[in-house]
Amino acid sequence: MTSTGNGAEAATGFVVLDPTGERSLPIRERLPRPKTLEGLDLALLDISKARGDIFIDRLAELFGERGARVKRFSKPTFTKPAPPDVRRQIAEECAAVVEALAD
Amino acid sequence: MSDSPPVLPSGLVAFVKRDCPTCETVAPVLGQLAEAGALTIYSQDDPEFPKGLAVEDDTELEFSWHHAIETVPTLIRVEAGKEEARTVGWDREAWEGLAATQNLGSGLPDFRPGCGSLSVDPQNALDLAVRFGSASLKARRVEYAALEDEMEAAFERGWTDGLPVVPPTERRVFAMLQGTSRAPDEVVAVVPPDLVECSVEKVAINAVMAGCRPEYLPVVLAAVEAACTERFNMHGLLATTMPAGPVIIVNGPIRRAIGMNSGGNVFGQGNRANATIGRALQLVVRNVGGGRPGEVDRAAFGNPGKLSFCFAEDEEGSPWGPLSEDLGAEPGASTVTLFPGEGPRVIVDQLSREPDSLARSYAANLRSLIHPKLVLGFDCVLAVGPEHARVFSQAGWSKKQLQERLHELLIIPTEELVQGAGGITEGVPVGVSAPALPKFRPGGILVVYCGGDAGLFSTMIGGWVTGEVGSLPTLREIRP
Repeated sequence: MTSTGNGAEAATGFVVLDPTGERSLPIRERLPRPKTLEGLDLALLDISKARGDIFIDRLAELFGERGARVKRFSKPTFTKPAPPDVRRQIAEECAAVVEALAD
Repeated sequence: MSDSPPVLPSGLVAFVKRDCPTCETVAPVLGQLAEAGALTIYSQDDPEFPKGLAVEDDTELEFSWHHAIETVPTLIRVEAGKEEARTVGWDREAWEGLAATQNLGSGLPDFRPGCGSLSVDPQNALDLAVRFGSASLKARRVEYAALEDEMEAAFERGWTDGLPVVPPTERRVFAMLQGTSRAPDEVVAVVPPDLVECSVEKVAINAVMAGCRPEYLPVVLAAVEAACTERFNMHGLLATTMPAGPVIIVNGPIRRAIGMNSGGNVFGQGNRANATIGRALQLVVRNVGGGRPGEVDRAAFGNPGKLSFCFAEDEEGSPWGPLSEDLGAEPGASTVTLFPGEGPRVIVDQLSREPDSLARSYAANLRSLIHPKLVLGFDCVLAVGPEHARVFSQAGWSKKQLQERLHELLIIPTEELVQGAGGITEGVPVGVSAPALPKFRPGGILVVYCGGDAGLFSTMIGGWVTGEVGSLPTLREIRP
């Protein structure tokens, strides 16, 4: 496949218009894995699915025992992406996040 | 391809063709004007015409197309590259006004209509639009390699829903765009899951691939708009593990104008509009939004309607008003209603001749949607067939009456619904204080009339998570 830009060059083969969103994805490095949970600000994000709270409660207990400071967040509904404000708050206040699905 | 339209020279400009009796008639007038001052003549079919005058060759029709010449002769007054005024055909008074002169064409009649410009000849129009206008299309051009098969190439690039697609060439996309008056670069919606701004042009490209005709494009555009609202929540519907997908129900005059099926085999194969409009929406979600099965589309089973689930209501045959008006549309409006639906399931009742008996049959079937012990989480579409509708209309039942009776019949004692009841763990949580619960929220049973005229059947289409937390039926007017 070759692309000819926005039609600037005459193409000789069979030419179609790109049906996609034509996005170029930024590649981001992952943050390094925390070496310890001791003193870590950790977000637990409940997506508001049935029984998600049971799973998250247990995680909070286990992380607490290992010295992490747990902060709880939740999505208003599991059917929609987390609101930008929730994502921003997690990014600002926490070093790591666990997003919990359940059913 | 040219990036900007060619500029007309200052003074008077005339577009003519030899094959036009009016142009021949005005040839002496053009001679008069040429003598008097700045006149540029563009000839569409013969650079030697009119004889004896300096003529610009526009047999490629580039100037004619760019300056929207519809009739020859057309006389234009241009100042500093800008059109000030134009007149078409021969009209002495108008020509004298434009030329700021008198006594033009003495001996000619005062008025003669012109002829069609070659640049709008139906045989040429599309080719010219592609040749001169394709630079206005912004999509990236993808050139296949010489040995690539153009059908296979789309599969290899991941652009198809599993069926072959029509290759979206410039010519086909141009033809598709003739189906709407909206500008190609107008943003229609922000399409999930990647939240990409989607232009009319991108919708047209995917509509070509789906096999749509240009006159379907306004329906596809309205469907894309409706799907990408917060209310309909296409993101959630795509990402869910449930089998539902967008169901498009079309109301209003456009159904007949584009030949949609609302009768026999209404949910089945065989009608191009039904089959391709829903497919176009799904291709937009896939290609523009980036929503693909196994990626953000997490459906455990899906359903065949996720290829295309689009149909029209049989408004002419219905004893009741259309679904669109139930949802607030003006009478006579062409609309799409999007419903988050699973596959259709038949309700057979060949014996009920009394409306209450038939309503009870419906209720018994509707209770089973999703799970007989789960309530209030999901809406439904009840598609009432002609032979069933007759039972209600002959007894004088309105649509509202049927819906109210169904709600009544579907208020279920909580003891039948709670977890563990009937030996089934699934159910509503123990401890719900209400003695009974309704199966559907008020307004949660949408009724449409469609289907073939033989068969004592109706059909139900189960929904997906309803309400603010999920998806609600979404109406959108179809704009030309």
